[in-house]
Formats: sequence, structure tokens, C-alpha cells
Amino acid sequence: MLFLAPALTAIGLFFFVPVLAALLLSFTDFDIYALGNFSVARFVGLRNYLQIAGDPLFWKALKNTLYFLLAGGPLSIAVSLGAALLLNAKMVRWKPVFRFVYFAPVVTTLVAVAVVWRFVYHPRFGLLNYALGLVGINPIDWLGDPNWAMPAMIILAVWKNFGYNMIIFIAGLQNIPESLYEAANIDGAGSWECFRRITLPLLAPTTMFITIITMIGYFQFFAEPYVMTQGGPLNSTLSIVMLMYQQGFRWWSMGYAAAIAFVLFLFILLASVVQTRLQRRRAG
Amino acid sequence: MNKLLRRAYPVCLLLCLTAVFYACEGHSPEKTVIRFWALGAEGDNIRQLMPEFERRNPGITVKVQSLPWTAAHEKLLTSYAGNSMPDLFQLGNTWIPEFQVLGAIEDLRPWINTSRVVSELSFFPGVWATNRADSAIVGIPWYVDTRVLFYRKDLCADAGYVQPPATWDEWKDLARKLKQAAVREGRRAFAILLPTNEWAPPTILALQRGASFLKEQNTRGAFSDSLFRDAFEFYCSFFAEKLAPIGVTQVSNVYQGFAEGFFAMYITGPWNVGEFRRRLPPEMRDRWMTAPLPAPGPGGTGVSLAGGSSLAMARATSDKDAVWKLIEYLSDTPQQREFYRITGNLPARKEVWEDTLLTSDPYLHAFRIQLGALASPPAIPQWEQIAMKVQDYAEVGSVGKTPVPEILARLDRDVDVILEKRRWLIFGE
Repeated sequence: MLFLAPALTAIGLFFFVPVLAALLLSFTDFDIYALGNFSVARFVGLRNYLQIAGDPLFWKALKNTLYFLLAGGPLSIAVSLGAALLLNAKMVRWKPVFRFVYFAPVVTTLVAVAVVWRFVYHPRFGLLNYALGLVGINPIDWLGDPNWAMPAMIILAVWKNFGYNMIIFIAGLQNIPESLYEAANIDGAGSWECFRRITLPLLAPTTMFITIITMIGYFQFFAEPYVMTQGGPLNSTLSIVMLMYQQGFRWWSMGYAAAIAFVLFLFILLASVVQTRLQRRRAG
Repeated sequence: MNKLLRRAYPVCLLLCLTAVFYACEGHSPEKTVIRFWALGAEGDNIRQLMPEFERRNPGITVKVQSLPWTAAHEKLLTSYAGNSMPDLFQLGNTWIPEFQVLGAIEDLRPWINTSRVVSELSFFPGVWATNRADSAIVGIPWYVDTRVLFYRKDLCADAGYVQPPATWDEWKDLARKLKQAAVREGRRAFAILLPTNEWAPPTILALQRGASFLKEQNTRGAFSDSLFRDAFEFYCSFFAEKLAPIGVTQVSNVYQGFAEGFFAMYITGPWNVGEFRRRLPPEMRDRWMTAPLPAPGPGGTGVSLAGGSSLAMARATSDKDAVWKLIEYLSDTPQQREFYRITGNLPARKEVWEDTLLTSDPYLHAFRIQLGALASPPAIPQWEQIAMKVQDYAEVGSVGKTPVPEILARLDRDVDVILEKRRWLIFGE
């Protein structure tokens, strides 16, 4: 206990105290007036939470976040797995080069990436619309059309993040003993059978880890819309964290923003528990 | 390695680091440092005026920091909350009520009363008024900013308008003719650019119509009133008739769009006079002009926003006299003139407008007229937040899928929620 004390103090001071303070804050109407004069902050009980339930903007943000999560998450994992399988294949040469190329977006600053992607998405002069034009598809106003802004965010996020999961998948793949594949080959299994019966089941722990990490990350969807669309057009890329940021730091409705943070926390907790249960049941 | 040396090593490192720190903080203690936050292009350019100030005031060093406009509001509020406000900062004048409520900015009257440079009469009255909070003066106008109509002379003349439109009817008529001309020539083009990521255009139209925006001592939204609805419908009609492009990414480069004739009119501010000059191709030079805004009905100029930025002093500042010296320096005629020359921001000081530098510029003529017809939205701390709602719902209106009365009812509802605290503070309900 004595040896743990410094670590516990640090965690308590810099983690539990702020979280507790934020929880208390979420039951007050701390705002711009309270920032100037603390005595006008009122304890409002659950009003912030009730207000969230009735705030169309919150539901819009939740819908957007789930859209991003449910479309972008699986896509991102599938792309990561595909890339990992390709890079793990025996005939591929220059593996370190490809690993570097696919990992580079992960370590590139998002702001720089976003500037480049704004050009890619440009409705009149963008590379993407040019490519679509070659196959006869009319130009799409990627960031200006409420229906296309979110797909644009998803493409960007998948491209930006798949390298990270790919590296973890490669590590998982390398842990699968080669002898299993050899045995399967002797028994006459094709490559699809090998993938389905050996690779996928043995990757399950890795996949579960990646699924949960990706889900938590995608729930906190913020930087892409912050840099590229500021939540627009028509709030079609407004995420929960984006809404929280706007409420908290732009308008200084700190109580309301804190309440949003806890609602988001509950969502993530719930989703993680469900995910873990599901995968454990499948394993058992 | 012997033991003594190994033990001495961290001590040496510590000493070295300490020395480095002292070297960094090595200026003499009696020298005052003014931290000055300026926004956008002003922040990038104002440094040029600082060496002269430092030469005149050897005891003062100015550290200018430039903030992007999109993050400035958050940064200033956060710096107040974190007790790390700069000594002097540029404050957009719709933000003044907010910082006044916080008690973050100093009342400048004691210095104004004894100043030979700064006095109320030296500035445009409409702009000076935005710096008044109750009886206090909490900012000194630095530059004025209002919106006028930028238009393509050639395209408008082809459409039959040698003179710019003076009324809303003429304006709409011109827009339709411009669109028809584009359709005839098979060009994909629009008459006017009304960016839906700006709250100014719908707000200006409502000010022109005389809308009050709020009611009951500014504690409730009054957006469903007929005056605001008129203006809002007029705004939306530009999009409904395909006279203005919907969404903000169709025109990613305003200058290119204007030069190509993708749109022929644009409501924007003085900073763009310089930008248009610099960025439009040379053959465009005589093909564009500025005009005061059209009015809803015949007779007179339509009002525009009394915008601009002020210089505000943080209340927490230690050496206020030094900060005032810098405010005075920046407000004086030569610096105001120079500031205009390097940034294109219109001087808040009236005297500078007599200078040939300004009178000889044909594009500024419209601004001189417009500065005589200014109006302001309600001066309450929540205005910026309300303005964002106006902008959000103007965007909804531009898409044209929701009926206007429903949009405005939703706007009123949202604004009432924003103003709940204000109602409690004023009426105690």
C-alpha cells in the first residue's frame, strides 16, 4: 500500500477528482454568468440530462455518431484485416515499405491531412470527382451536401486509421502457427477454408480487442468534422463530442457539456459491455 | 565511470537547465512586457507597427500573438477561465457584452478623460456605441467593419443595371436577369453568393427590415414576428430560385468564383477590397465595384452591421498605464492610417478618412456611405450564440425543405432555452 501511494495519489488527483468534479458540474447550470460570478450557478438536479433528452441537436449528433460508428467501424476493421492479410502473404515483397506507407496516415497530423483531403473532395476541381468523372459519375459536392458529408468523413477516417489496426492484425497473424496451415493443406483445405477455419477463429482475441478499441475511438468522433466542416452542412457531421465542445468551450455552458460527456460515457460503457458479452458467448 | 562522476551528472544537468531558463528570462526586471492578442490578418500584420512603439517607449516590450478568427472566441474565454488573459486584446464588438458580464475587461474612462488622442468625438458614433456597457467604456474602436455589396460591373451592366440596385425589388430583378443570362449562355452560374456559414447576411436583411430579434428586455426570441419573417423569406427566396448556390463548398475560392463569373454579387466587408485587388486577375480590375446595400423600400440606403473590432484591456493586467500607451499609439492618426495601408481594415478614427489614401480609393466610397447607415443586433452576452442559431436555421432555410414559419418557431424555441438564465437573472422566475 505504501509503495502504491504515490501512484494512487496521482491517479486520484488527476483522474478521479476531475471526473467527480465534472459529475457535480453536470448537475449545475454553470455558464458564462457563473464564470464571472460563481454565486449565480444553480444546482439544477437532472435538468441538464432532461434537456439533453429533449434536445433535437443531441439526437441528431447521436444519430450521426452511430452512423459514423456503424458504417465506419466495420469498414475500417475489414480494410485493416484485408491489408494485414495482404502484407502477411508470403509472396509479397517490400513488406516494410508497404507497412510504412499504410501506417504513415496514422502518424500524420490530422489537420495537415484534412487540408489535403479538402482538395481531394473539392466539388469542381477535386481528384475524387475527377476519378468519378472518368467512369461517368456526376460530380458530388462531398463536403457541402448533407447526404455526402458523412460518407466523406468515413472515407477519410478509414483511410487515416486503418494502418493502426493493420499492425495489430499483422502481429496476431504472425502468432498463428504455420503448422496448422500445413496440416490443413494436407487435408485438402482451400485458402478460403483456411481463412474461415483457422485464421478467423485464432484471430478472435485480436479482433475483439480491435473492435472495442475502434468502437471507443469512433464514439469520440471529433477531429475530422472540427477541422473540415465544423459540424455542417446542416449539422450532418455534428458528432456528440463536437456538440459537447461547442456547448462547453464556445458557449461556456459547462454544466450542459459535462452532462453530455457523462451520457456519452454511459453509451460507451454499455456498448463495451454488450460487445464483450457477445464475443465471450461466441467463444464459449 | 567512477561513482562521483555518476552522482555529479544529474546535478550538472540541473545546473545547465537552470542556466538555460535564466538565459531565457534574462531581460532586466523593470522592463514591462505587454502580451497582445490580435486576430487573423490583423495579428499577422500588426507586428510591423511595434518596433516604432518600442523605440518610443524603451521600457516596454510588446509580444504579439496571432489567433485564427475561428478559434479566437474559445481561446479568449478559456484564457479568462484559466487566469491567463493577455494584457491587451482585440475583441470583435459583438463579444463585448460577454466579456463585460465576466468583468474581464477594464473600464477605460479614467484614461480617456485625460487623453489627448482618444475621445468619443474622434470615432464613428455607431461604432463607439458598441463599446459602451451601461455607462462604462470597455473598448476603443480599432477598426470599423461593415458589409456592402461587391458586384461585377460588366455582368450587371449586361443585365441592364449600370447603376447598382437600390431596393430589394431591383436587387431580386437583377439577380433573376443574371441567372437567365447564365442559363442562356449555358454556364452553370449564380447571381449572388450568400455563404450559409455566415450569420451576417440574414441578420443584415432583418436589421434593414427593422426586426427587433428579441423581446421582453431581450429575454425571449421574437423571430416569428412579421418583420423578421419578411427578411428571412427574402433571404431564402434567393436559394429557392437558384439565384444563390446552396452549401459552402461549391465556391472554395471566392476570388476565383467571382473572376469566373460563377456568382456576380457578394455581401462582404472591407478586408475583401484588398483581397479582391490582390487576387483577381489583372483583366478584372475595372469589372467590379462596391455599392451600399439596397434598402427594402425606395429612398435611402439599407442599413448594415456596425461591426469591427475594439482594443480591450484585461482587468487582471498589472501595468495598465503601459497598456493604455499602446492603445493610444494604435488609435492615433498616423498608426490608424498605416494600419489601413497594411491590412485594408477601415480606420475607426474619422480624421483618417480625410486622408487622400482613402479618398482616392473608388471602392471605399460605398463604405463611407454605408458607415452613415449602421445598426446593431441586441447587445447581450448570448448574441453570438443566438447568431449561430440564426446561421444554422438560415442554412435550413437555404435548403428549402422546411416551411419558414416552422423554422422560425424552432429558432424562437432554441433562443428561449439559451435565454433562460437571463430571464432568471432579470425577472427571477
